[in-house]
Amino acid sequence: MHLTLAHFLVVGALLFALGLVTVVTRRNAVGILMGVELILNGTNVNLAAFNHYVVGGVSGQVFALFVIVLAAAEAAVGLAIVLTIFQSLRSIDVRLADTMRE
Amino acid sequence: MNRTFSKLALWTFLALLVAGFLGYLTTRVLPEYIAVGRGAPPRLADLVFYAVAAATVAGAAGVAFSRNILWSCIGLLMALLGTGALYIFLSADFLAVAQLLVYIGGVLVLILFAVMLTNRIGEVNVSNQSLGLVGGLAVFAAVTPLLVLVALLVPWPVRTPGPLAPTTARIGDEFLSTWLLPFEVASVVLLATLVGAVVMARKELKAD
Repeated sequence: MHLTLAHFLVVGALLFALGLVTVVTRRNAVGILMGVELILNGTNVNLAAFNHYVVGGVSGQVFALFVIVLAAAEAAVGLAIVLTIFQSLRSIDVRLADTMRE
Repeated sequence: MNRTFSKLALWTFLALLVAGFLGYLTTRVLPEYIAVGRGAPPRLADLVFYAVAAATVAGAAGVAFSRNILWSCIGLLMALLGTGALYIFLSADFLAVAQLLVYIGGVLVLILFAVMLTNRIGEVNVSNQSLGLVGGLAVFAAVTPLLVLVALLVPWPVRTPGPLAPTTARIGDEFLSTWLLPFEVASVVLLATLVGAVVMARKELKAD
């Protein structure tokens, strides 16, 4: 049973689902950022798989590289925000970060 | 009484969903796939793929369900390494190296720093509280069957892939011709990110 497109799609789907579970269930802001990274990784596996098995060329890989660049930027800004929240609230529980609510 | 009943109904529905998914998968979908590959014994590359995919999914499950945020970090390391290895099976060598450099060398180290800086390590076990296994498994059971069945059942317009070959030179050509504008915009985004992160971190130091 040789490798097919479906193998990679299933792995990408599992990564996406587990990342979604992490984002939905975590109360720790850093944990939520980890879940976002998992979701983006699942997307990247799908992009590379469709590029290899369906489209050809390298445009899918170029898109995956853009996703990697934006994920790095998102992680940097997100963690800076988390650190700022921790400085002012002494906690990174996302339920406590509602001081802007009326 | 009413709440326990609705809870029971929800769990029965989810259990039926999972049971139906597993039954459909094992009786209808998988035999077709096995029949396609029959006569061709698994090659070493296939076995390596299964090992890598298992490690990736196990790492991701560790991120999702671990009680300790540090174990979540180790799981994320496994998931990112496994994804990088999967890229090699897809003839995306440059992508694999970029994954190693950016994700594991950059993002993971950044996340580890954030964990060390924000968690009082003494109470690391309570710091990673979540809705718990129950809610997580419910979301997982609701999302996964749909995605996996779509991946397995849709007749994708597959072409026969060529042999694995390095793609770095072609990616460079595409970046500087077809995708030149997005490439430059991405560099501006990175610059803005750098400045923004520094400004936020500086403010927070001043406040002390």
